[in-house]
Amino acid sequence: MSVEGEQRTIRCLVAKVGLDGHDRGAHVIARAFRDAGFEVIYSGLHNAPDEIVQAAVQEDVDVLGISILSGAHNTLVPKIIEGLEEYGAFEDTLLIVGGVIPDDDKQELKEMGVAEVFGPGTELETTIEFVRENVQDRR
Amino acid sequence: MTEQSVPEESAAAANGQSTERAAAPAFDVDELVENLVAGEHRALARAITHIEDRTPGYRELVGRLHEHTGDASVVGITGSPGTGKSTLVDKLALEYRDRGHTVGVIAVDPASPFTGGAVLGDRIRMGSTVGDMEVFVRSMSARGALGGLAAATADAVRALDAFGKDRIIIETVGAGQNEIDVVRTADTVAVLVQPGAGDDVQMLKAGILEIADCFVVNKADLDGANRTVQELTEMLQLERDVDPVVRTGHHGVPEGDASADGDGGADVDEDAADATTWRTPVVETIATKGEGVDAVIEAFDDHREHLQATGALEERARLRYAEEIRTLLREDLGAILEDEIDRRGGIEELARAVHDRETDPYAVADDLLAPIEDCVEEQRLE
Repeated sequence: MSVEGEQRTIRCLVAKVGLDGHDRGAHVIARAFRDAGFEVIYSGLHNAPDEIVQAAVQEDVDVLGISILSGAHNTLVPKIIEGLEEYGAFEDTLLIVGGVIPDDDKQELKEMGVAEVFGPGTELETTIEFVRENVQDRR
Repeated sequence: MTEQSVPEESAAAANGQSTERAAAPAFDVDELVENLVAGEHRALARAITHIEDRTPGYRELVGRLHEHTGDASVVGITGSPGTGKSTLVDKLALEYRDRGHTVGVIAVDPASPFTGGAVLGDRIRMGSTVGDMEVFVRSMSARGALGGLAAATADAVRALDAFGKDRIIIETVGAGQNEIDVVRTADTVAVLVQPGAGDDVQMLKAGILEIADCFVVNKADLDGANRTVQELTEMLQLERDVDPVVRTGHHGVPEGDASADGDGGADVDEDAADATTWRTPVVETIATKGEGVDAVIEAFDDHREHLQATGALEERARLRYAEEIRTLLREDLGAILEDEIDRRGGIEELARAVHDRETDPYAVADDLLAPIEDCVEEQRLE
């Protein structure tokens, strides 16, 4: 493979945000992404929205997956979107949310700019396929 | 562009795209360089992505960034898994910030050799400076490209340097040649050891010793810390007695008249030896509490001063560039040859022919190289 031979790899940030200590789901999805050949940056627990934004911008991730099980998605997600916009990173980052999100809120999140919301019971393959199909060609 | 499988990519690379080195940039190089030098975080992040992805145009990008570099001091930190590298890096970044420096961190983690995927977890330990954009942390994975990692790291360091970071830290697991090559892109290399790591010290003797400019015994509040410090100190002492020149730099650059000290010079004429010989310090830290971190920074600064005073800093940099040029040429030439191999039915076919005794490996190699040699000869004469 030549020096110029391209090695495009999908980079994801799997993020837990807010006061929510349930990270099993985030771990499972991080592993699944890894096994799918993605590079996964895992944030650890209890991050403030601006910490997530900082990590997403610096790591230049293609995908930001936010796991929220605390019910605070309507407060936290807009803050993250705002932060991404501030750094010009909102447009070409695929934003997905996982966790327990009521149907009404799902719609609202999507209107804000969340690409998809994955609830409990979603097949891992579904999420991976979605990422593969929707990740942006960022040039 | 979302291909994952390596075979597909190498096939694409080999499919007659021999002009790829001159391929048109897939992004606006001018704009990116301008924004990066102007201090835009997003541009820095994207530049490193292009470097990692080897996006067409990345060579031009790195070339353009090069003129803006040379101001940062670069430190490499390595050690076995679990010794506390990420935690120490986190505290170092914090201390640097307190001293008014801006900081860049490249954290290298291994990737799965099977899927190419990776979980990059170093960021979790880097919570002290979170929210401070003057600390730029970037996780990189090995991506299975042998030798390519060191090149990508060096280029990412360039991007951070051009951006204007004062201090750059490269962090990687010290588990093999690949990683050693990575930390070698730094001016100063610290090797982290934890107490009770008797086997570790054995391992150090076997290879990593030469690259350490500073040893850090982390978790110094654990039992056995004193003993580990003592073992390391003895080991270093032994090394010095054997050959006073050996400690002058991990590239083995002979400096000044160190050799003139001769036998036992280190003992008899301490002052004279000090001027040219770097005495690898052993520093104790408790990274989780931030204890000893200032001593580590002091050791780094001392080492840098030493390198500057002896001229080794420049020497090291020149050696690195020389090695870089060679690596690039090897890879580029290798790529041309891969194309040739493919045109002649692929490596499998060539291997089969050798196996069936139709030809031999040397004949195949000569055959492939001949046109290139001819070409070089012709061009040179012109």
